[in-house]
Amino acid sequence: MIAIVAVVAVGGVAMILYAVLGGADFGGGAWDLLATGPRAQAQRDAITHAIGPVWEANHVWLIYVLVLSWTCFPPAYADVAVGLYAPLSFALIGIVLRGAAFVFRNYATQSRTLMRSWQIVFGIASLIAPFFLGDAIGALATGSYAWTSPFALSVGLFAVAVCAQIAAVFIVLDIDDDALRDDFRRRAVRATIGVWILGVVPAALTVTTMPQIVDALHGTAVVIAVVVAVLAGIAVIVGVLQRRDLFARAAVAIEAAAILGGWYGGQAPYLIPHRYTFAQAASSEPMIVAFLIATGIGFAVLIPSLVLLFRVFKTPSRIAVNEGR
Amino acid sequence: MDTVIAARAQMGTSLAFHIVFAALGVGLPLLVFIAEGMWLRTRNRAYYDVARTWAKGMAILFAVGAVSGTILSFEIGLLFPEFMRYAGGIIGLPFGLEGFAFFIEAIFIGLYLYGWDRLSPRAHWLSALPIVISGPISAAFITLVNSWMQMPTGFRVVNGHVTDVQPLVAMFALPWRTEVSHGTLAAYVFTGFATAGVCALAWLRGKRTPTVLAGLRIAMIVAAIAVPCQLVLGDVVARFDADHEPAKFAAMEVLQHTERGAPLSVGGIPTADGGITHAIELPKMLSLLVAFDPNAEVTGLDRIPVDERPPIAATHLSFDAMVGSGSLLFLVALLWVTGVWAKRPLDRVLAAAIAVAPLLALVALEAGWFVTEFGRQPWIAHGILRTADAVTTSGHLGLRFFSFSLMYVVLATMCWWLLLRVGAATDVDTRPPVAGTTVAAT
Repeated sequence: MIAIVAVVAVGGVAMILYAVLGGADFGGGAWDLLATGPRAQAQRDAITHAIGPVWEANHVWLIYVLVLSWTCFPPAYADVAVGLYAPLSFALIGIVLRGAAFVFRNYATQSRTLMRSWQIVFGIASLIAPFFLGDAIGALATGSYAWTSPFALSVGLFAVAVCAQIAAVFIVLDIDDDALRDDFRRRAVRATIGVWILGVVPAALTVTTMPQIVDALHGTAVVIAVVVAVLAGIAVIVGVLQRRDLFARAAVAIEAAAILGGWYGGQAPYLIPHRYTFAQAASSEPMIVAFLIATGIGFAVLIPSLVLLFRVFKTPSRIAVNEGR
Repeated sequence: MDTVIAARAQMGTSLAFHIVFAALGVGLPLLVFIAEGMWLRTRNRAYYDVARTWAKGMAILFAVGAVSGTILSFEIGLLFPEFMRYAGGIIGLPFGLEGFAFFIEAIFIGLYLYGWDRLSPRAHWLSALPIVISGPISAAFITLVNSWMQMPTGFRVVNGHVTDVQPLVAMFALPWRTEVSHGTLAAYVFTGFATAGVCALAWLRGKRTPTVLAGLRIAMIVAAIAVPCQLVLGDVVARFDADHEPAKFAAMEVLQHTERGAPLSVGGIPTADGGITHAIELPKMLSLLVAFDPNAEVTGLDRIPVDERPPIAATHLSFDAMVGSGSLLFLVALLWVTGVWAKRPLDRVLAAAIAVAPLLALVALEAGWFVTEFGRQPWIAHGILRTADAVTTSGHLGLRFFSFSLMYVVLATMCWWLLLRVGAATDVDTRPPVAGTTVAAT
């Protein structure tokens, strides 16, 4: 039982990490599509610069969550794979085209047409992936895989807004130019308001049309999560307006963690409401223990490597060998 | 479209696509690591240009490999959910470990590709080392899963329920040594010849620069070491199959009847029912190859129940294609080694031979994988779960196969186009750093 609790926790953390880090990359694509004004090209360059070295590593959190689900909760995974194949296939297409288009766009410098085309693909795919991942989560929460329900679709839109918000907040710290920073600070404020507006829709739909979701969720956990998320959202705006960008970055990460954690923890002990509890779906204890040990070993190698990666690329001033050239 | 056929077609297409990028993801980092190391050692600019050019190719190929790998990690569940339900809790461990190995690759590839002007030359060179190591390791983990599918182990089935799961036992199913070594080495054979072939092609087209020659040399060294080892290993794998996977082996060799002094069948024409006719038969050769005894008994398909036989024509012809192209690659390597030995400069004949090698290497890589997978049918996990029973009950499989195939065509075309541009742009836009300092070379 302890093993199951541990793996549920690890899975939750990995999912939140993917939502924050991968979400920032998806949101970057959205802002790439929406780049406007005299600094449109500079905005795009900043996005490329911020995403370039880290997106492939960020993306692996998704793979980790997938592998954890099918290794530790195989029947639930198989159930979801059949029930939600459509939104997952669409999300997959988005993920694939986003990654490929990003690289193609960066290297197709010799043909303007191709570069522009892949740039558009990059932007649209960056919207498709979080939309359908959000939709899949919404559909999962209904317990009946109703992925075309207004509720699931509204969760998809909400996910896109959160990604855009995370990206706008995150990217500010990767930019040297003041005017450009302000561009993204403005976007961060707008996106936060967008998150609030688009967050009300699924919440209202839950209460009015989805009694089974209300039944499945723990009231207290959800209320705490919503309060934390709203407060964190306010902190994002305050942080951005006061140009305390690191503070805003932490706040937006907490907001995302509260949203996902609220849903995931709120429907415990169910993994899929009305279908599988974590315990019912869990594979054998030796398997889960082995997976946790493998995770421990993996993290022992991974964490120092990740720290190195982010130190080299996310602190522009200190590490660069050729500083000042 | 039949559900099972459509699901298998989609999975097969995805794997056939991904295996090329996976192999290059294993092999290219080694080539780049050698090239940059040679630059640091000799300060010969040609090596620097080679490393820079290949690194650009690596960036494109790695990204496409990462996304096509993601497709697979979704598809295996989306197309064969019953396999995951049955096997996920038994053989999930290497999948999890692969995730971490790939994570390391992704982190250091970011450092390497974007770190030319952020790290000291030595640190930059060393940042490739974790990719060189974790590439083959992550490929090995995936191959461990495959070897479990060939001979599932590490659990018991009581009343239709899986119990007594031993994850570490499952992780090292019997064929793991042969499969992992043969599969990993295949990545170096393929990458070596593919890269050398590109250089040879450039040379034939008149681009006879020191950079092209340096690239050709590095790639051919790797290929010429890997290919003879692979031939020896291939022989070991075939004998392992004869001992432990008789159904696959009998299909590979088109051996209908269990017999002493079994002949070796080469080539042939597939028949309508999936068999083979008109194969050239070399008397007693199969027995000799399997047991070093011309009269040894070899198990034929007659010992395998009819509904458990793999598709004969597909398995056999794939096997012959692998062996044939692998042998030709060995000849190309031999030709190159003797040329170097005799200190002969590269001539058109040898360059042409090397330029054809990528095609042969592609055939060997794909066909070798076909042998394993066709030879496992009709099982998804041999002896315990049939492919037809593992397939999804969800719909639109034909449409999904079509749309994903279309996406692969687009990705492959674009990748090809970009690699041609990257190859053509050598020596133009990169300046080598001066010893002791670094220059932003973007």
